[in-house]
Amino acid sequence: MTDRPIKVLIAKPGLDGHDRGAKVLARGLRDEGFEVVYTGLRQTPEMVATAALQEDVDVVGLSILSGAHMTLLPKICRLLREQGLDDVLVTAGGIIPDDDIPALKEAGIAEVFGPGTTIAEVADYLRGHARARDRV
Amino acid sequence: MSRSSAGAETDPAAAATELANAAVAGDRRALARLLTAVENRTPLAEAALRLLYPKAGRAHLVGVTGPPGSGKSTLVAALIARVREAGRSVAVIAVDPSSPITGGALLGDRVRMQAYAGDRDVFIRSMASRGHAGGLASTSGAAAAVLDAAGFDLIFIETVGTGQSEVEVAAAADTTVVLEAPEMGDEVQAIKAGLLEVADLVVVNKGDRPGAGRTASQLRAMLVAVPRVGASGASDRPRPKRPDVLITTAATGEGVAELLAALDAHRSAGREGRTPAARLARAEAQVWAILADRLRESLHDADRRALSQETLDAVADHRLDPYAAADRLLESIAKGPG
Repeated sequence: MTDRPIKVLIAKPGLDGHDRGAKVLARGLRDEGFEVVYTGLRQTPEMVATAALQEDVDVVGLSILSGAHMTLLPKICRLLREQGLDDVLVTAGGIIPDDDIPALKEAGIAEVFGPGTTIAEVADYLRGHARARDRV
Repeated sequence: MSRSSAGAETDPAAAATELANAAVAGDRRALARLLTAVENRTPLAEAALRLLYPKAGRAHLVGVTGPPGSGKSTLVAALIARVREAGRSVAVIAVDPSSPITGGALLGDRVRMQAYAGDRDVFIRSMASRGHAGGLASTSGAAAAVLDAAGFDLIFIETVGTGQSEVEVAAAADTTVVLEAPEMGDEVQAIKAGLLEVADLVVVNKGDRPGAGRTASQLRAMLVAVPRVGASGASDRPRPKRPDVLITTAATGEGVAELLAALDAHRSAGREGRTPAARLARAEAQVWAILADRLRESLHDADRRALSQETLDAVADHRLDPYAAADRLLESIAKGPG
């Protein structure tokens, strides 16, 4: 049953003022055939982890522009692991300096998508790396 | 955390038992995974539902439906706050439409309901409708049964934004709430058949907008019981419901306590009847849906596939009428395999 849609949570942790980019991505992934759960602005790490758990998503995509990524993203990865969601693919996008990417990958972020990434590129990456969907 | 996926491949029944027991014992991860299995209609889900169905039936299932943008999610979020103040646990199934073209979906109902992340007695699950047209997903009822068995006191089933005829939620819920926004239509809209007929409660939301009071009084005037003059022996004829009309402002919480009280009152009134009509309707809808699935599957059985195809070809070429075709296939199924 691997043709089931991949379920993706798109969340914006932290205090960013707008979520146009995240909405465009959410809508673009919808058009690529994903089931996208969108949770909106100003999410705490706890909110993101709870939504990922309850929705049983295959992928968590985090959009962050505020500069707080080194605090928030590792915390979200840790909360996901603590809840047993260690098979969920976690990716990030937004404004993230290249220098920070190795530490984020160490913390559990599988891939970081910078400005200019196309939706098709994100979709292809998620199709190639999301966990198998015939688990239950 | 133990991973039962390996077991799922070898023995769905054992894996189903493990997952169902864990979900009932309060393991939210197990519950979430079980809901995924239900959505994907896997053998594990069917085995788990057989175990869980006898444990379900205690929750109050409340359907919330209405046009897009009428405030369903905001109202459910406001109701969650009230339900939690009363110390009761609550689950939400929030359905949004799947694309008929790509199969993708944008599930956006959680946006309004994110305040309860630390509260394990609130469980919110989004579902894509996956091609089902009645306002729900085909598996929403089964998902509600799982949440019911997991012990939630109140379960809200929020439909996709509906129009005039998506009445399926009424069969899935004990109590059906239909939302209207102010100034959405005149009195003729209120007397058309369909959605408003299945409402146990009609809520005019966005009560702070101009025209809310007038919309509510128009609805009240049009939805009152029509006296049955000289109607002898017609009492067993199915009759549309005669709902109360309430006004809420979900964004501020105005009127939400009254709505919750009305939901509770409807629930108690339903309990006094011997077999509440809504539960019977739900049983019928569930069994019919499974029966239809089973029929469809048996037409695709290896030993019947050729006959099915030949029969459909004959109808497509107008060599056979569709009624005779259905009779022929039913006869073949009745004879049993082989």
